[in-house]
Amino acid sequence: MDLAINLTYILSAALFIFGLKMLASPRTARMGNLVSAVGMLIAVVMTLMNRGILDFKWIALGLTAGSLIGVFAARLIAMTAMPEMVAIFNGFGGIASLLVGWSVYHRAPGIELFLVISILLSVLIGGVTFTGSLVAFGKLNGVIGSKPVLYRGQHIVNSLVLIGIVTLAVLFGLQPAGGYLFFLLLVAMSLVFGVLFVIPIGGADMPVVISLLNSFSGLAACAAGFVIENNLLIVAGALVGASGIILTNIMCKAMNRSLKNVLFSGFGAADTSGSGELTGEVKPISPEDAFLILEAASSVVVVPGYGLAVAQAQHVVKELADLLEANGAEVRYAIHPVAGRMPGHMNVLLAEANVPYDQLAEMDDINKTMETVDVCLVIGANDVVNPAAREDENSPIYGMPIVNADYARTVFVLKRSMASGFSGISNPLFFKENTRMLFGDAKASIQALIGEFKGL
Amino acid sequence: MIVFLAFILMLSIFLGFEVISKVPSTLHTPLMSGSNAISGITLLGALAAAGAPGMGWVGILLGTLAVAFATINVVGGYFVTDRMLSMFKKKEQKS
Repeated sequence: MDLAINLTYILSAALFIFGLKMLASPRTARMGNLVSAVGMLIAVVMTLMNRGILDFKWIALGLTAGSLIGVFAARLIAMTAMPEMVAIFNGFGGIASLLVGWSVYHRAPGIELFLVISILLSVLIGGVTFTGSLVAFGKLNGVIGSKPVLYRGQHIVNSLVLIGIVTLAVLFGLQPAGGYLFFLLLVAMSLVFGVLFVIPIGGADMPVVISLLNSFSGLAACAAGFVIENNLLIVAGALVGASGIILTNIMCKAMNRSLKNVLFSGFGAADTSGSGELTGEVKPISPEDAFLILEAASSVVVVPGYGLAVAQAQHVVKELADLLEANGAEVRYAIHPVAGRMPGHMNVLLAEANVPYDQLAEMDDINKTMETVDVCLVIGANDVVNPAAREDENSPIYGMPIVNADYARTVFVLKRSMASGFSGISNPLFFKENTRMLFGDAKASIQALIGEFKGL
Repeated sequence: MIVFLAFILMLSIFLGFEVISKVPSTLHTPLMSGSNAISGITLLGALAAAGAPGMGWVGILLGTLAVAFATINVVGGYFVTDRMLSMFKKKEQKS
């Protein structure tokens, strides 16, 4: 039986890897997810046949409750709430690893050093993942403000907590059998640290945080794998850990910032100094005039940002794009890697509005042809089109790769007001010669444009 | 045993980097939520924890909660990923 279980685990691992591999193309991605789910299912079924499992009623309870909650949450959640959904599922994976480590310790407190270390890792990483994800969840759905929470001596407090965790862990490791109190303290401190770790990070940096927490949940599973000496947990956990690290790295690169800078600088809380230096005229435009320019355009690029998600304007954007295409224009979407609140956020949002994925272009590809674009529509994006990143060496975002919206012949910026973006950095794009500001709610503005088109 | 497990860990990390670095940015969200569901693999550990006899009510509570949370992670993760991926469509050919 043990052999059969282990062979099944090998099969599961292979299915996970194939599933992830199939995620590399939108054509096979859905199938890939299914393949991965089958891998999970057979692993779970085989595990239930293990001789060590004698009591099934609590398992049945947990499985039923978890499945019901999981299915309903996944079905009922609005597509726009996807970032926080991913964050909270992630957190649940973390707490599960924590509980697994805890229950192994609970059963047999007198343990050898290797197991002590594994248990500590699964509990600590799991705990940080759990509360960190909860805070990220709160920031993403607005329960707590998305602004970074900073206070005096923050780094000192964090360092102290971290030192406390390490000290306790060593004390506990020396005498695990009698250290239940230490253990509980460690659980509590890992939970506290998860909160402290994420609260100073602002909303626009969430893509990095979510990727990192995703990686952590994998590492926690990996550590749990060492605890119960299960290969499959180690393989699967490592895959997820690697995937999270890669995404984290991509997100950091797309912002031209180091991970350290994202995590510790409280970016976005800085005062908005330097905004007075910009001179030039802001040129507003009415939907009627904007329509006339759009009607004559043969090439249009849409640059979506988080504001698009906030205004729920993805469906009207698609409607406008259809009208433009019917009018003979080529419409593409330029997706900046960190636009939105999680990696690939804009892609999911536009996919929901039935925008075909082959119309979505990556930043580098679109930049090559930006000079030939007639109209660039910037909708709810700010920092990712800020030319200061390219031109102004003193700008905090200098060096960040951006969508060169200002190279297009005409730029329309759809914006509520002249307030600066999340990072508080003023945007010279708004003052450029070829920029026109279309003030107002993005959804309402686009609806006005659609109205003009239809009124023809 | 430790060396063996560490060896597996090392190989898996390399494999993970290799497989995942090929995923295009269009699919980063599904990748994240799909791999997130995989991280719910900790469910196997939770099952063992909840099914082992003689752990007192604390042990039962820990195990059952672990199963429930891991299941939410797994089931919810796969369902939500599928829901997202079902929306990714190629441009239909206009005749």
